[in-house]
Amino acid sequence: MRAAAVLLALAAAPPVLEGLDAGFWVVTLSRALIFAIAAMALQFVLGRGGLVCFGFAAFMGIGAYAVGVAYANGVEDALVAFPLAMLAAGGFAALTGLAALRTRGVHFIMITLAFGQMAYFAVTALSAYGGDDGMTLWTRSTLGGFGWIEGRWPLYYACLGAAAATWALLRALGASRFGRVIDGARQNPGRMAALGFDVRRAQLAAYALSGALGGLAGALLANHAEYVSPAYMSWHRSGELIVMVVLGGAASLGGAGFGALVVVALEEVLAGWTQHWRIAMGLIVLAVALFARDGLAGTLTGALARLRR
Amino acid sequence: MSVLAVEGLRKRFGALAATDGVSLTVAPGEVHALIGPNGAGKTTLIAQIAGALTPDAGAIRLMGRDVTRAPAHARARAGLARTFQISATFLDMTARENAALAAQAFARRPLNPFGAVARDRALNAAAEAALAQVGLAGRGDMRARALSHGERRALELAMALAGRPRLLLLDEPMAGVGRSETHRLTETLQALRGTVAMLLVEHDMGAVFALADRVSVLVAGRVIATGAPEAIRADPAVRAAYLGEDG
Repeated sequence: MRAAAVLLALAAAPPVLEGLDAGFWVVTLSRALIFAIAAMALQFVLGRGGLVCFGFAAFMGIGAYAVGVAYANGVEDALVAFPLAMLAAGGFAALTGLAALRTRGVHFIMITLAFGQMAYFAVTALSAYGGDDGMTLWTRSTLGGFGWIEGRWPLYYACLGAAAATWALLRALGASRFGRVIDGARQNPGRMAALGFDVRRAQLAAYALSGALGGLAGALLANHAEYVSPAYMSWHRSGELIVMVVLGGAASLGGAGFGALVVVALEEVLAGWTQHWRIAMGLIVLAVALFARDGLAGTLTGALARLRR
Repeated sequence: MSVLAVEGLRKRFGALAATDGVSLTVAPGEVHALIGPNGAGKTTLIAQIAGALTPDAGAIRLMGRDVTRAPAHARARAGLARTFQISATFLDMTARENAALAAQAFARRPLNPFGAVARDRALNAAAEAALAQVGLAGRGDMRARALSHGERRALELAMALAGRPRLLLLDEPMAGVGRSETHRLTETLQALRGTVAMLLVEHDMGAVFALADRVSVLVAGRVIATGAPEAIRADPAVRAAYLGEDG
């Protein structure tokens, strides 16, 4: 019910914003939806899996570079570039996860950060693809030769579709046998092993899937900006993604997506007021961390429940 | 063939020989109790049998298969189920979900990403059966967090039973449980006798002598005596080392 209402509101946003003479917000909202995909994918491993990944930006960056590199080699079609982005990012997650999942807690954070930085420095060294400067995409990905996401609205609806599909997929997975194993592995990995589950294998599958969805978000981001840059992979971006998840509510998928929308919108608004917007953002994050332990989504649903009573 | 055979197991922590050449067996259907004073090395021994610690030397065989270096989940799949000294249930899940998760490990396709697990009939039926076996029928919808301490111990047992193990490793199942609940748990284990072999680590001597076919006494990392409960009770070395302390 609530999900349908949110989807409807997001679907109605472009005409409404256009009517309010605020059409540029459609561009910002598209970007927010892209980050919502990434935040939901991160929530699956961070919130549900209990694995604090501090290198998620690398998955997005690899997805973006897959589109960029394919483009530079004459492949502009999304039917090739998008699966390539997801495979590359998912493969990177699987390989690095193999090592990272041997560790827990702070060590897991450090090792994912290290892999993220390695990916970052690897792309800055790719001089054939712009090195430090990144590269510009002169057109967006086509679909069977058709320019399906040229223009504000088509790109917006493509992002909305991808975000809705990501939400539906992760929600179904969370409710499956697989999801319960990931839940159990967060709560007590030793107990799960004693029950006969190969915990690392299940977590690796979750991590690889999360990486692939990060790749999808990255592919959309490359199309949104029509530009690919190493900055997509910086560790600041990984931190920002964690902020989105925690601000929205790490315990729920929808909360993480909501957190992404709020952070991107806040950045836009605050940056319009002052160049010191990061200070204001910091205060907001601080307030949520101190006073809304379940994140904005948890607080909102709690308040709604109280109102109904 | 023994369900469990431990041969010459050794584990050192610095200068301390926590396990100092332990050998013991558990026969099919047997209840073998392991007793010993605090610090005798019971927990270290259990951890090695379950796969949480790797021994320095010696061998552990389950159903004749060498599992000395196998990971914990592989031992569980070989037929070993365990309970923990400190209750290890999933507190935010209901009792049924806890037991269903245990059954899932041994179901076909334990990591199936399709279908809603909450409506998984096979798993829920297996869970209800395991709950009934330990006297928790009707408690399925309660969160593990809301169960009493004794009920949580029973739930742990249900989780261990859900995979139909060949050997139950029970690490102080009565720890911190009141008198009447100890009695109930003892009856539950009594009812399981013969269907599954058990290695029982327990301080409650009433439960040990009521349940055990054989008792091994662990002192300072060594087994100083193994035998029928009566023989152990009468053994002067055991009395001196252990039983003498608290009658």
